[in-house]
Amino acid sequence: MAKYIIKRILMLIPVIIGVAFLVFSILSFTPGDPIRIILGEEATPEAIEQLTMELGLDQPLVVQFFRYLVRLAQGDLGRSYITNRPVFGEIMNALPHTIELTIWSVAIGLVIAIPVGVISALKQYSLLDNISMVITLIGAAIPNFWFGLLLMLLFSLTLGLLPSSGVGTPLHMILPALTLGTTNAAIIARMTRSSMLEVIRQDYIRTAKSKGVGRGKIIRKHAFRNASIPIVTVIGLQFGGLLGGAVLTETVFSIPGLGILMVNAIRQMDTPMVLGSIIVFTILFCIINLIVDLLYAFLDPRIKAAYK
Amino acid sequence: MESTYKKKSQIADVWSRFKRNKMALAGLIVLVVMIILAIFADVIADFETEVIRQNIPNRLQTPCAQHWFGTDEFGRDIFARIVHGTRISLQVGVISVGIALIVGGFLGAIAGFYGGAIDNVIMRIMDVFLAVPGMLLAIAIVAALGSSMTNLMVAVGISSMPSYARILRASVLSVKDMEFVEASRAIGAKNMTIIMSHIIPNSLAPVIVQSTLGVAGAILATAALSFIGLGIQPPNPEWGAMLSSGRAFMRDHPHVVLFPGLSIMLTILVLNMIGDGLRDALDPRLK
Repeated sequence: MAKYIIKRILMLIPVIIGVAFLVFSILSFTPGDPIRIILGEEATPEAIEQLTMELGLDQPLVVQFFRYLVRLAQGDLGRSYITNRPVFGEIMNALPHTIELTIWSVAIGLVIAIPVGVISALKQYSLLDNISMVITLIGAAIPNFWFGLLLMLLFSLTLGLLPSSGVGTPLHMILPALTLGTTNAAIIARMTRSSMLEVIRQDYIRTAKSKGVGRGKIIRKHAFRNASIPIVTVIGLQFGGLLGGAVLTETVFSIPGLGILMVNAIRQMDTPMVLGSIIVFTILFCIINLIVDLLYAFLDPRIKAAYK
Repeated sequence: MESTYKKKSQIADVWSRFKRNKMALAGLIVLVVMIILAIFADVIADFETEVIRQNIPNRLQTPCAQHWFGTDEFGRDIFARIVHGTRISLQVGVISVGIALIVGGFLGAIAGFYGGAIDNVIMRIMDVFLAVPGMLLAIAIVAALGSSMTNLMVAVGISSMPSYARILRASVLSVKDMEFVEASRAIGAKNMTIIMSHIIPNSLAPVIVQSTLGVAGAILATAALSFIGLGIQPPNPEWGAMLSSGRAFMRDHPHVVLFPGLSIMLTILVLNMIGDGLRDALDPRLK
Protein backbone atom coordinates (compact mmCIF):
# COMPACT_ATOMS: atom_id res chain seq x y z
CA MET A 1 0.00 0.00 0.00
CA ALA A 2 2.75 2.46 0.98
CA LYS A 3 4.55 1.54 -2.21
CA TYR A 4 1.43 2.28 -4.22
CA ILE A 5 1.01 5.68 -2.60
CA ILE A 6 4.63 6.60 -3.30
CA LYS A 7 4.24 5.49 -6.90
CA ARG A 8 1.14 7.60 -7.30
CA ILE A 9 2.83 10.64 -5.81
CA LEU A 10 5.79 10.23 -8.15
CA MET A 11 3.38 9.96 -11.07
CA LEU A 12 2.05 13.39 -10.17
CA ILE A 13 5.34 15.01 -11.10
CA PRO A 14 5.10 14.63 -14.89
CA VAL A 15 1.44 15.64 -14.76
CA ILE A 16 2.26 18.82 -12.85
CA ILE A 17 5.11 19.63 -15.25
CA GLY A 18 2.69 19.06 -18.13
CA VAL A 19 0.08 21.30 -16.55
CA ALA A 20 2.66 23.99 -15.85
CA PHE A 21 3.76 23.84 -19.49
CA LEU A 22 0.16 23.93 -20.76
CA VAL A 23 -0.89 26.87 -18.64
CA PHE A 24 2.43 28.66 -19.16
CA SER A 25 1.99 28.42 -22.93
CA ILE A 26 -1.66 29.50 -22.80
CA LEU A 27 -0.83 32.50 -20.63
CA SER A 28 2.06 33.54 -22.85
CA PHE A 29 -0.65 34.79 -25.22
CA THR A 30 -1.86 37.23 -22.57
CA PRO A 31 -2.03 40.70 -24.09
CA GLY A 32 -0.27 43.58 -22.36
CA ASP A 33 3.37 44.07 -21.53
CA PRO A 34 4.26 42.92 -17.99
CA ILE A 35 6.99 45.55 -17.77
CA ARG A 36 4.43 48.31 -18.36
CA ILE A 37 2.14 46.71 -15.79
CA ILE A 38 4.89 46.73 -13.17
CA LEU A 39 6.59 50.05 -13.92
CA GLY A 40 3.64 52.02 -15.26
CA GLU A 41 3.55 54.12 -18.41
CA GLU A 42 6.27 56.62 -17.46
CA ALA A 43 9.17 54.24 -16.97
CA THR A 44 12.59 55.15 -18.37
CA PRO A 45 14.02 52.95 -21.11
CA GLU A 46 16.91 51.98 -18.79
CA ALA A 47 14.55 50.79 -16.07
CA ILE A 48 12.54 48.85 -18.63
CA GLU A 49 15.65 47.18 -19.96
CA GLN A 50 16.89 46.29 -16.52
CA LEU A 51 13.60 44.77 -15.40
CA THR A 52 13.25 42.83 -18.65
CA MET A 53 16.64 41.27 -17.94
CA GLU A 54 15.80 40.63 -14.30
CA LEU A 55 12.57 38.82 -15.13
CA GLY A 56 14.25 36.94 -17.97
CA LEU A 57 11.63 38.20 -20.41
CA ASP A 58 14.32 38.73 -23.06
CA GLN A 59 14.89 34.99 -23.19
CA PRO A 60 13.03 32.58 -25.49
CA LEU A 61 9.82 31.13 -24.08
CA VAL A 62 11.31 27.68 -23.58
CA VAL A 63 14.13 29.07 -21.46
CA GLN A 64 11.62 31.09 -19.46
CA PHE A 65 9.58 27.97 -18.90
CA PHE A 66 12.57 25.93 -17.66
CA ARG A 67 13.58 28.70 -15.30
CA TYR A 68 10.03 28.75 -14.00
CA LEU A 69 10.09 24.99 -13.54
CA VAL A 70 13.35 25.08 -11.58
CA ARG A 71 11.91 27.73 -9.27
CA LEU A 72 8.62 25.81 -9.01
CA ALA A 73 10.52 22.77 -7.75
CA GLN A 74 11.83 24.98 -4.93
CA GLY A 75 8.33 26.20 -4.08
CA ASP A 76 8.98 29.59 -5.63
CA LEU A 77 6.14 30.78 -7.86
CA GLY A 78 7.66 34.18 -8.61
CA ARG A 79 6.48 37.61 -7.53
CA SER A 80 3.18 39.33 -8.25
CA TYR A 81 3.42 42.00 -10.94
CA ILE A 82 1.07 44.17 -8.94
CA THR A 83 2.05 43.86 -5.27
CA ASN A 84 5.60 42.54 -5.80
CA ARG A 85 4.97 40.07 -3.00
CA PRO A 86 5.81 36.38 -3.46
CA VAL A 87 2.98 34.56 -5.22
CA PHE A 88 3.46 31.49 -3.04
CA GLY A 89 2.76 33.42 0.15
CA GLU A 90 -0.35 35.09 -1.24
CA ILE A 91 -1.67 31.73 -2.40
CA MET A 92 -0.98 30.13 0.98
CA ASN A 93 -2.95 32.93 2.64
CA ALA A 94 -5.92 32.36 0.37
CA LEU A 95 -5.82 28.57 0.13
CA PRO A 96 -7.23 27.72 3.61
CA HIS A 97 -10.44 29.60 2.79
CA THR A 98 -10.92 27.60 -0.40
CA ILE A 99 -10.15 24.31 1.31
CA GLU A 100 -12.49 25.12 4.18
CA LEU A 101 -15.27 26.01 1.74
CA THR A 102 -14.74 22.84 -0.27
CA ILE A 103 -14.68 20.56 2.76
CA TRP A 104 -17.82 22.11 4.22
CA SER A 105 -19.69 21.82 0.97
CA VAL A 106 -18.71 18.19 0.50
CA ALA A 107 -19.71 17.48 4.10
CA ILE A 108 -23.08 19.20 3.72
CA GLY A 109 -23.55 17.43 0.41
CA LEU A 110 -22.87 14.00 1.88
CA VAL A 111 -24.96 14.53 4.99
CA ILE A 112 -27.96 15.40 2.84
CA ALA A 113 -27.36 13.27 -0.22
CA ILE A 114 -26.58 9.85 1.16
CA PRO A 115 -29.63 9.47 3.44
CA VAL A 116 -31.85 10.86 0.68
CA GLY A 117 -30.44 8.41 -1.85
CA VAL A 118 -30.64 5.42 0.48
CA ILE A 119 -34.20 6.17 1.59
CA SER A 120 -35.31 6.80 -1.99
CA ALA A 121 -33.91 3.44 -3.03
CA LEU A 122 -35.53 1.59 -0.15
CA LYS A 123 -38.89 3.23 -0.85
CA GLN A 124 -38.64 3.20 -4.63
CA TYR A 125 -41.57 4.87 -6.42
CA SER A 126 -43.04 6.12 -3.15
CA LEU A 127 -44.14 9.73 -2.84
CA LEU A 128 -40.94 10.47 -0.91
CA ASP A 129 -38.83 8.94 -3.68
CA ASN A 130 -40.63 10.89 -6.39
CA ILE A 131 -40.33 14.19 -4.55
CA SER A 132 -36.66 13.73 -3.80
CA MET A 133 -35.90 12.71 -7.37
CA VAL A 134 -37.60 15.83 -8.75
CA ILE A 135 -35.69 18.00 -6.28
CA THR A 136 -32.38 16.36 -7.15
CA LEU A 137 -33.08 16.75 -10.87
CA ILE A 138 -33.54 20.47 -10.30
CA GLY A 139 -30.60 20.60 -7.91
CA ALA A 140 -28.32 19.11 -10.54
CA ALA A 141 -29.36 21.81 -13.01
CA ILE A 142 -29.26 24.88 -10.78
CA PRO A 143 -26.29 27.17 -11.52
CA ASN A 144 -24.51 27.51 -8.20
CA PHE A 145 -23.75 31.24 -8.52
CA TRP A 146 -27.46 31.92 -9.01
CA PHE A 147 -28.44 29.62 -6.16
CA GLY A 148 -25.95 31.51 -4.00
CA LEU A 149 -27.61 34.82 -4.88
CA LEU A 150 -31.05 33.41 -4.02
CA LEU A 151 -29.82 32.06 -0.67
CA MET A 152 -28.22 35.39 0.10
CA LEU A 153 -31.39 37.23 -0.86
CA LEU A 154 -33.53 35.05 1.41
CA PHE A 155 -31.36 34.35 4.44
CA SER A 156 -29.27 37.47 4.71
CA LEU A 157 -30.93 40.34 2.89
CA THR A 158 -34.55 39.48 3.72
CA LEU A 159 -34.53 37.43 6.93
CA GLY A 160 -31.23 38.76 8.25
CA LEU A 161 -30.33 35.39 9.74
CA LEU A 162 -26.91 34.82 8.20
CA PRO A 163 -24.05 37.04 7.07
CA SER A 164 -24.06 37.74 3.34
CA SER A 165 -20.32 37.92 2.76
CA GLY A 166 -16.88 37.58 4.21
CA VAL A 167 -15.36 34.97 6.49
CA GLY A 168 -14.64 34.57 10.18
CA THR A 169 -17.30 32.57 11.96
CA PRO A 170 -18.84 29.18 11.12
CA LEU A 171 -22.04 31.09 10.33
CA HIS A 172 -20.23 32.70 7.41
CA MET A 173 -19.65 29.29 5.87
CA ILE A 174 -23.25 28.04 5.87
CA LEU A 175 -24.55 29.82 2.77
CA PRO A 176 -21.40 29.39 0.66
CA ALA A 177 -21.16 25.70 1.56
CA LEU A 178 -24.83 25.17 0.67
CA THR A 179 -24.28 27.05 -2.58
CA LEU A 180 -21.32 24.98 -3.61
CA GLY A 181 -22.62 21.70 -2.18
CA THR A 182 -26.10 21.57 -3.69
CA THR A 183 -25.32 20.45 -7.23
CA ASN A 184 -22.98 17.89 -5.82
CA ALA A 185 -25.48 16.66 -3.29
CA ALA A 186 -28.09 16.27 -6.01
CA ILE A 187 -25.81 14.20 -8.22
CA ILE A 188 -24.56 12.10 -5.30
CA ALA A 189 -28.13 11.45 -4.12
CA ARG A 190 -29.13 10.20 -7.58
CA MET A 191 -26.07 8.00 -7.79
CA THR A 192 -26.64 6.62 -4.29
CA ARG A 193 -30.20 5.74 -5.20
CA SER A 194 -29.35 3.90 -8.40
CA SER A 195 -26.38 2.14 -6.85
CA MET A 196 -28.42 1.02 -3.84
CA LEU A 197 -31.24 -0.17 -6.10
CA GLU A 198 -28.79 -2.36 -7.94
CA VAL A 199 -27.30 -3.83 -4.77
CA ILE A 200 -30.50 -4.56 -2.86
CA ARG A 201 -31.67 -6.86 -5.65
CA GLN A 202 -28.61 -9.10 -5.25
CA ASP A 203 -28.81 -12.64 -3.96
CA TYR A 204 -26.59 -12.05 -0.94
CA ILE A 205 -29.03 -9.48 0.38
CA ARG A 206 -31.80 -12.07 0.18
CA THR A 207 -29.50 -14.57 1.91
CA ALA A 208 -28.78 -12.13 4.70
CA LYS A 209 -32.50 -11.48 5.08
CA SER A 210 -33.33 -15.16 5.26
CA LYS A 211 -30.62 -15.70 7.86
CA GLY A 212 -32.53 -13.23 9.97
CA VAL A 213 -30.04 -10.35 9.90
CA GLY A 214 -31.70 -7.14 11.05
CA ARG A 215 -32.86 -4.64 8.44
CA GLY A 216 -30.61 -1.84 9.65
CA LYS A 217 -27.55 -4.07 9.58
CA ILE A 218 -28.37 -5.32 6.08
CA ILE A 219 -28.65 -1.79 4.82
CA ARG A 220 -25.47 -0.58 6.52
CA LYS A 221 -23.13 -3.52 6.22
CA HIS A 222 -24.32 -5.49 3.23
CA ALA A 223 -26.01 -3.03 0.94
CA PHE A 224 -24.50 0.39 1.50
CA ARG A 225 -20.91 -0.70 1.73
CA ASN A 226 -21.15 -2.41 -1.65
CA ALA A 227 -23.13 0.41 -3.14
CA SER A 228 -20.59 2.96 -2.00
CA ILE A 229 -17.93 2.31 -4.64
CA PRO A 230 -19.75 3.97 -7.55
CA ILE A 231 -20.76 6.71 -5.12
CA VAL A 232 -17.12 7.39 -4.23
CA THR A 233 -16.29 7.47 -7.94
CA VAL A 234 -18.92 10.12 -8.54
CA ILE A 235 -17.73 12.14 -5.55
CA GLY A 236 -14.22 12.01 -6.98
CA LEU A 237 -15.40 13.10 -10.42
CA GLN A 238 -17.32 15.98 -8.85
CA PHE A 239 -14.23 17.53 -7.30
CA GLY A 240 -13.04 19.15 -10.50
CA GLY A 241 -16.37 20.91 -10.85
CA LEU A 242 -16.30 21.72 -7.17
CA LEU A 243 -13.00 23.59 -7.43
CA GLY A 244 -14.29 25.49 -10.47
CA GLY A 245 -17.49 26.17 -8.54
CA ALA A 246 -15.45 27.45 -5.61
CA VAL A 247 -14.22 30.29 -7.82
CA LEU A 248 -17.83 31.37 -8.41
CA THR A 249 -18.98 30.83 -4.85
CA GLU A 250 -16.08 32.92 -3.55
CA THR A 251 -17.05 35.66 -5.98
CA VAL A 252 -20.67 35.64 -4.82
CA PHE A 253 -19.89 35.67 -1.09
CA SER A 254 -16.62 37.68 -1.22
CA ILE A 255 -14.58 34.92 0.37
CA PRO A 256 -10.87 35.82 0.03
CA GLY A 257 -9.89 32.41 -1.31
CA LEU A 258 -7.81 31.17 -4.19
CA GLY A 259 -10.65 31.70 -6.67
CA ILE A 260 -11.00 35.41 -6.01
CA LEU A 261 -7.22 35.78 -5.95
CA MET A 262 -7.09 34.26 -9.43
CA VAL A 263 -9.99 36.23 -10.90
CA ASN A 264 -8.54 39.50 -9.60
CA ALA A 265 -5.13 38.54 -10.94
CA ILE A 266 -6.66 37.96 -14.37
CA ARG A 267 -8.30 41.40 -14.32
CA GLN A 268 -4.96 42.99 -13.42
CA MET A 269 -3.03 40.85 -15.92
CA ASP A 270 -0.90 39.57 -13.05
CA THR A 271 0.32 36.51 -14.95
CA PRO A 272 2.55 34.95 -12.24
CA MET A 273 -0.38 35.01 -9.85
CA VAL A 274 -2.75 33.46 -12.40
CA LEU A 275 -0.24 30.76 -13.28
CA GLY A 276 0.53 30.01 -9.63
CA SER A 277 -3.15 29.80 -8.67
CA ILE A 278 -3.99 27.39 -11.47
CA ILE A 279 -1.00 25.19 -10.65
CA VAL A 280 -1.94 25.08 -6.97
CA PHE A 281 -5.58 24.32 -7.88
CA THR A 282 -4.35 21.48 -10.06
CA ILE A 283 -2.09 20.05 -7.37
CA LEU A 284 -5.03 20.17 -4.99
CA PHE A 285 -7.19 18.38 -7.55
CA CYS A 286 -4.55 15.67 -8.08
CA ILE A 287 -4.20 15.10 -4.33
CA ILE A 288 -7.97 14.78 -3.98
CA ASN A 289 -8.05 12.24 -6.78
CA LEU A 290 -5.34 10.27 -5.04
CA ILE A 291 -7.31 10.30 -1.78
CA VAL A 292 -10.40 9.09 -3.64
CA ASP A 293 -8.42 6.22 -5.14
CA LEU A 294 -7.12 5.26 -1.72
CA LEU A 295 -10.67 5.31 -0.37
CA TYR A 296 -11.55 2.56 -2.81
CA ALA A 297 -9.01 0.31 -1.14
CA PHE A 298 -10.56 1.07 2.22
CA LEU A 299 -14.03 0.20 0.92
CA ASP A 300 -13.21 -2.82 -1.19
CA PRO A 301 -10.58 -5.35 -0.05
CA ARG A 302 -10.40 -6.70 -3.62
CA ILE A 303 -9.11 -3.35 -4.84
CA LYS A 304 -6.70 -3.15 -1.93
CA ALA A 305 -5.25 -6.48 -3.00
CA ALA A 306 -4.67 -5.07 -6.48
CA TYR A 307 -2.73 -2.02 -5.20
CA LYS A 308 0.83 -3.13 -5.01
CA MET B 1 -31.14 -0.46 -50.35
CA GLU B 2 -31.23 -2.87 -47.50
CA SER B 3 -28.83 -0.84 -45.42
CA THR B 4 -30.92 2.34 -45.70
CA TYR B 5 -33.92 0.33 -44.63
CA LYS B 6 -32.08 -0.93 -41.60
CA LYS B 7 -30.76 2.50 -40.70
CA LYS B 8 -34.25 3.96 -40.77
CA SER B 9 -35.64 1.26 -38.57
CA GLN B 10 -32.84 1.84 -36.09
CA ILE B 11 -33.66 5.53 -35.77
CA ALA B 12 -37.35 4.68 -35.50
CA ASP B 13 -36.47 2.20 -32.78
CA VAL B 14 -34.52 4.75 -30.79
CA TRP B 15 -37.31 7.29 -31.22
CA SER B 16 -39.98 4.90 -30.02
CA ARG B 17 -37.94 4.14 -26.92
CA PHE B 18 -37.16 7.83 -26.39
CA LYS B 19 -40.76 9.00 -26.57
CA ARG B 20 -41.88 6.49 -23.99
CA ASN B 21 -39.78 8.45 -21.51
CA LYS B 22 -42.15 11.29 -20.58
CA MET B 23 -39.50 13.45 -18.91
CA ALA B 24 -37.23 13.29 -21.93
CA LEU B 25 -40.11 14.06 -24.27
CA ALA B 26 -41.19 17.03 -22.16
CA GLY B 27 -37.59 18.23 -22.22
CA LEU B 28 -37.47 17.95 -25.98
CA ILE B 29 -40.66 19.96 -26.38
CA VAL B 30 -39.33 22.76 -24.17
CA LEU B 31 -36.03 22.74 -26.05
CA VAL B 32 -37.84 23.03 -29.39
CA VAL B 33 -39.77 26.03 -28.05
CA MET B 34 -36.49 27.61 -26.95
CA ILE B 35 -34.91 27.00 -30.33
CA ILE B 36 -37.91 28.63 -32.03
CA LEU B 37 -37.64 31.61 -29.66
CA ALA B 38 -33.94 31.87 -30.44
CA ILE B 39 -34.54 31.78 -34.19
CA PHE B 40 -37.32 34.35 -34.10
CA ALA B 41 -35.75 36.53 -31.40
CA ASP B 42 -35.62 39.52 -33.75
CA VAL B 43 -39.34 39.21 -34.47
CA ILE B 44 -40.16 39.14 -30.76
CA ALA B 45 -37.99 42.11 -29.82
CA ASP B 46 -35.73 44.35 -31.82
CA PHE B 47 -32.09 43.99 -30.73
CA GLU B 48 -31.04 47.65 -30.98
CA THR B 49 -34.09 49.42 -29.58
CA GLU B 50 -35.39 46.94 -27.02
CA VAL B 51 -32.44 44.80 -25.96
CA ILE B 52 -29.52 47.24 -25.95
CA ARG B 53 -30.82 50.82 -25.80
CA GLN B 54 -31.23 52.20 -22.30
CA ASN B 55 -34.51 53.68 -21.17
CA ILE B 56 -33.75 55.07 -17.74
CA PRO B 57 -37.23 56.41 -16.82
CA ASN B 58 -38.46 52.87 -17.22
CA ARG B 59 -35.89 51.27 -14.93
CA LEU B 60 -36.47 48.44 -12.45
CA GLN B 61 -40.17 47.94 -13.10
CA THR B 62 -41.70 44.86 -11.58
CA PRO B 63 -43.24 42.30 -13.94
CA CYS B 64 -46.49 43.59 -15.49
CA ALA B 65 -48.57 43.07 -18.61
CA GLN B 66 -46.29 45.24 -20.69
CA HIS B 67 -43.02 43.83 -19.33
CA TRP B 68 -43.64 40.17 -18.50
CA PHE B 69 -40.36 39.78 -16.63
CA GLY B 70 -40.07 43.44 -15.61
CA THR B 71 -37.26 45.78 -16.63
CA ASP B 72 -33.61 45.92 -15.60
CA GLU B 73 -31.50 48.67 -14.06
CA PHE B 74 -31.29 50.46 -17.43
CA GLY B 75 -35.01 50.16 -18.15
CA ARG B 76 -34.64 47.40 -20.72
CA ASP B 77 -37.28 44.69 -21.02
CA ILE B 78 -35.91 41.56 -19.31
CA PHE B 79 -38.09 39.21 -21.35
CA ALA B 80 -36.68 40.62 -24.59
CA ARG B 81 -33.15 40.27 -23.25
CA ILE B 82 -33.73 36.70 -22.14
CA VAL B 83 -35.13 35.73 -25.53
CA HIS B 84 -32.05 37.17 -27.22
CA GLY B 85 -29.92 35.53 -24.52
CA THR B 86 -31.36 32.16 -25.54
CA ARG B 87 -29.86 32.73 -28.96
CA ILE B 88 -26.41 33.47 -27.46
CA SER B 89 -26.48 30.55 -25.04
CA LEU B 90 -27.66 27.92 -27.49
CA GLN B 91 -25.18 29.13 -30.08
CA VAL B 92 -22.23 29.14 -27.68
CA GLY B 93 -23.30 25.78 -26.25
CA VAL B 94 -23.59 24.04 -29.60
CA ILE B 95 -20.49 25.55 -31.20
CA SER B 96 -18.21 24.92 -28.24
CA VAL B 97 -19.35 21.31 -28.06
CA GLY B 98 -18.76 21.15 -31.82
CA ILE B 99 -15.18 22.34 -31.28
CA ALA B 100 -14.64 19.87 -28.44
CA LEU B 101 -16.13 17.05 -30.48
CA ILE B 102 -14.18 17.72 -33.64
CA VAL B 103 -10.79 18.31 -32.02
CA GLY B 104 -11.16 15.83 -29.14
CA GLY B 105 -12.97 13.22 -31.18
CA PHE B 106 -10.43 13.35 -33.98
CA LEU B 107 -7.50 12.98 -31.56
CA GLY B 108 -9.23 10.16 -29.71
CA ALA B 109 -10.08 8.30 -32.90
CA ILE B 110 -6.51 8.59 -34.16
CA ALA B 111 -5.15 7.44 -30.79
CA GLY B 112 -7.41 4.41 -30.69
CA PHE B 113 -6.95 3.51 -34.32
CA TYR B 114 -3.17 3.66 -34.55
CA GLY B 115 -2.39 2.65 -30.97
CA GLY B 116 1.23 2.43 -29.82
CA ALA B 117 3.30 5.57 -29.47
CA ILE B 118 0.72 7.85 -31.13
CA ASP B 119 -1.92 6.65 -28.70
CA ASN B 120 0.42 7.14 -25.79
CA VAL B 121 1.43 10.68 -26.72
CA ILE B 122 -2.11 11.86 -27.45
CA MET B 123 -3.64 10.34 -24.35
CA ARG B 124 -0.89 11.62 -22.03
CA ILE B 125 -1.55 15.10 -23.40
CA MET B 126 -5.25 14.58 -22.72
CA ASP B 127 -4.36 13.49 -19.16
CA VAL B 128 -2.65 16.81 -18.64
CA PHE B 129 -5.77 18.62 -19.86
CA LEU B 130 -7.89 16.47 -17.56
CA ALA B 131 -5.68 17.28 -14.58
CA VAL B 132 -6.79 20.92 -14.69
CA PRO B 133 -10.39 21.40 -13.55
CA GLY B 134 -12.31 22.33 -16.73
CA MET B 135 -13.62 25.65 -15.51
CA LEU B 136 -10.11 26.80 -14.55
CA LEU B 137 -8.69 25.82 -17.91
CA ALA B 138 -11.45 27.78 -19.61
CA ILE B 139 -10.67 30.75 -17.36
CA ALA B 140 -6.98 30.56 -18.28
CA ILE B 141 -7.72 30.45 -22.00
CA VAL B 142 -10.14 33.37 -21.83
CA ALA B 143 -7.65 35.29 -19.68
CA ALA B 144 -4.99 34.86 -22.34
CA LEU B 145 -7.10 35.37 -25.45
CA GLY B 146 -9.43 38.05 -24.14
CA SER B 147 -13.16 37.77 -23.63
CA SER B 148 -14.89 37.73 -26.99
CA MET B 149 -17.64 35.30 -27.90
CA THR B 150 -15.37 33.36 -30.25
CA ASN B 151 -12.65 33.05 -27.61
CA LEU B 152 -15.24 31.92 -25.12
CA MET B 153 -16.37 29.13 -27.43
CA VAL B 154 -12.78 28.09 -28.03
CA ALA B 155 -12.06 28.14 -24.29
CA VAL B 156 -15.09 26.11 -23.32
CA GLY B 157 -14.58 23.76 -26.26
CA ILE B 158 -10.92 23.07 -25.59
CA SER B 159 -11.45 22.54 -21.90
CA SER B 160 -14.07 19.85 -22.50
CA MET B 161 -12.19 18.18 -25.35
CA PRO B 162 -10.55 15.34 -23.35
CA SER B 163 -13.83 13.59 -22.53
CA TYR B 164 -14.66 13.30 -26.24
CA ALA B 165 -11.18 12.02 -26.98
CA ARG B 166 -11.66 9.33 -24.37
CA ILE B 167 -15.07 8.28 -25.64
CA LEU B 168 -14.01 8.03 -29.26
CA ARG B 169 -10.82 6.21 -28.38
CA ALA B 170 -12.78 3.65 -26.36
CA SER B 171 -15.30 3.21 -29.17
CA VAL B 172 -12.59 2.80 -31.76
CA LEU B 173 -10.82 0.21 -29.66
CA SER B 174 -14.04 -1.73 -29.29
CA VAL B 175 -14.83 -1.87 -33.01
CA LYS B 176 -11.47 -1.78 -34.73
CA ASP B 177 -10.86 -5.53 -34.57
CA MET B 178 -14.36 -6.51 -35.59
CA GLU B 179 -14.90 -8.53 -38.73
CA PHE B 180 -16.52 -5.82 -40.81
CA VAL B 181 -13.48 -3.59 -40.32
CA GLU B 182 -11.20 -6.43 -41.28
CA ALA B 183 -13.36 -7.12 -44.34
CA SER B 184 -13.17 -3.50 -45.33
CA ARG B 185 -9.41 -3.55 -45.00
CA ALA B 186 -9.27 -6.75 -47.05
CA ILE B 187 -11.00 -5.07 -49.98
CA GLY B 188 -8.37 -2.32 -49.84
CA ALA B 189 -10.05 0.50 -47.93
CA LYS B 190 -7.68 3.21 -46.70
CA ASN B 191 -7.34 3.98 -43.01
CA MET B 192 -9.23 7.28 -43.30
CA THR B 193 -12.09 5.58 -45.15
CA ILE B 194 -12.30 2.96 -42.44
CA ILE B 195 -12.33 5.60 -39.69
CA MET B 196 -14.90 7.76 -41.46
CA SER B 197 -17.29 5.12 -42.73
CA HIS B 198 -17.04 2.34 -40.16
CA ILE B 199 -15.59 3.44 -36.91
CA ILE B 200 -17.20 6.83 -36.40
CA PRO B 201 -20.78 5.71 -37.22
CA ASN B 202 -20.37 2.89 -34.76
CA SER B 203 -19.37 5.15 -31.93
CA LEU B 204 -22.19 7.65 -32.37
CA ALA B 205 -24.36 6.56 -29.46
CA PRO B 206 -22.07 7.58 -26.59
CA VAL B 207 -21.01 10.70 -28.50
CA ILE B 208 -24.61 11.87 -28.93
CA VAL B 209 -25.33 11.42 -25.23
CA GLN B 210 -22.13 13.15 -24.15
CA SER B 211 -22.72 16.02 -26.57
CA THR B 212 -26.23 16.67 -25.29
CA LEU B 213 -25.01 16.80 -21.72
CA GLY B 214 -21.97 18.73 -22.96
CA VAL B 215 -24.12 21.52 -24.41
CA ALA B 216 -25.67 21.92 -20.96
CA GLY B 217 -22.21 22.08 -19.42
CA ALA B 218 -21.01 24.59 -22.01
CA ILE B 219 -24.01 26.87 -21.44
CA LEU B 220 -23.38 26.75 -17.71
CA ALA B 221 -19.67 27.45 -18.17
CA THR B 222 -20.43 30.41 -20.44
CA ALA B 223 -22.87 31.85 -17.94
CA ALA B 224 -20.37 31.30 -15.14
CA LEU B 225 -17.52 33.00 -17.01
CA SER B 226 -19.77 35.91 -17.93
CA PHE B 227 -20.92 36.14 -14.32
CA ILE B 228 -17.36 36.68 -13.09
CA GLY B 229 -16.80 39.17 -15.88
CA LEU B 230 -14.56 37.03 -18.07
CA GLY B 231 -17.14 35.96 -20.62
CA ILE B 232 -19.63 37.84 -22.76
CA GLN B 233 -19.63 41.50 -21.79
CA PRO B 234 -22.57 43.79 -21.12
CA PRO B 235 -24.66 45.20 -22.69
CA ASN B 236 -24.97 41.89 -24.53
CA PRO B 237 -27.93 40.00 -23.10
CA GLU B 238 -26.06 36.91 -21.89
CA TRP B 239 -27.81 35.31 -18.90
CA GLY B 240 -24.74 35.14 -16.64
CA ALA B 241 -23.80 38.72 -17.48
CA MET B 242 -27.38 39.80 -16.70
CA LEU B 243 -27.14 38.13 -13.29
CA SER B 244 -23.84 39.80 -12.61
CA SER B 245 -25.05 43.31 -13.37
CA GLY B 246 -28.43 42.74 -11.72
CA ARG B 247 -27.05 41.51 -8.42
CA ALA B 248 -26.48 45.00 -7.05
CA PHE B 249 -30.22 45.64 -7.31
CA MET B 250 -31.55 42.29 -6.17
CA ARG B 251 -32.36 43.32 -2.62
CA ASP B 252 -35.22 45.58 -3.64
CA HIS B 253 -35.86 44.17 -7.10
CA PRO B 254 -35.41 40.40 -6.96
CA HIS B 255 -36.92 39.95 -10.43
CA VAL B 256 -33.70 41.22 -12.06
CA VAL B 257 -31.84 38.11 -10.89
CA LEU B 258 -34.79 35.72 -10.84
CA PHE B 259 -35.49 35.36 -14.54
CA PRO B 260 -31.98 35.10 -16.00
CA GLY B 261 -31.14 32.41 -13.41
CA LEU B 262 -34.36 30.52 -14.13
CA SER B 263 -33.51 30.56 -17.82
CA ILE B 264 -30.09 29.02 -17.23
CA MET B 265 -31.57 26.41 -14.93
CA LEU B 266 -34.41 25.51 -17.28
CA THR B 267 -32.07 25.10 -20.23
CA ILE B 268 -29.71 22.85 -18.30
CA LEU B 269 -32.57 20.86 -16.79
CA VAL B 270 -34.09 20.28 -20.21
CA LEU B 271 -30.81 19.24 -21.79
CA ASN B 272 -30.05 16.88 -18.89
CA MET B 273 -33.47 15.24 -19.26
CA ILE B 274 -32.99 14.81 -23.00
CA GLY B 275 -29.48 13.46 -22.47
CA ASP B 276 -30.66 10.90 -19.93
CA GLY B 277 -33.53 9.91 -22.21
CA LEU B 278 -31.18 9.51 -25.16
CA ARG B 279 -28.82 7.38 -23.10
CA ASP B 280 -31.62 4.99 -22.20
CA ALA B 281 -33.03 5.00 -25.74
CA LEU B 282 -29.72 4.46 -27.50
CA ASP B 283 -28.54 1.70 -25.24
CA PRO B 284 -31.40 -0.64 -24.41
CA ARG B 285 -29.05 -2.81 -22.40
CA LEU B 286 -28.94 -0.19 -19.66
CA LYS B 287 -32.22 -0.18 -17.81
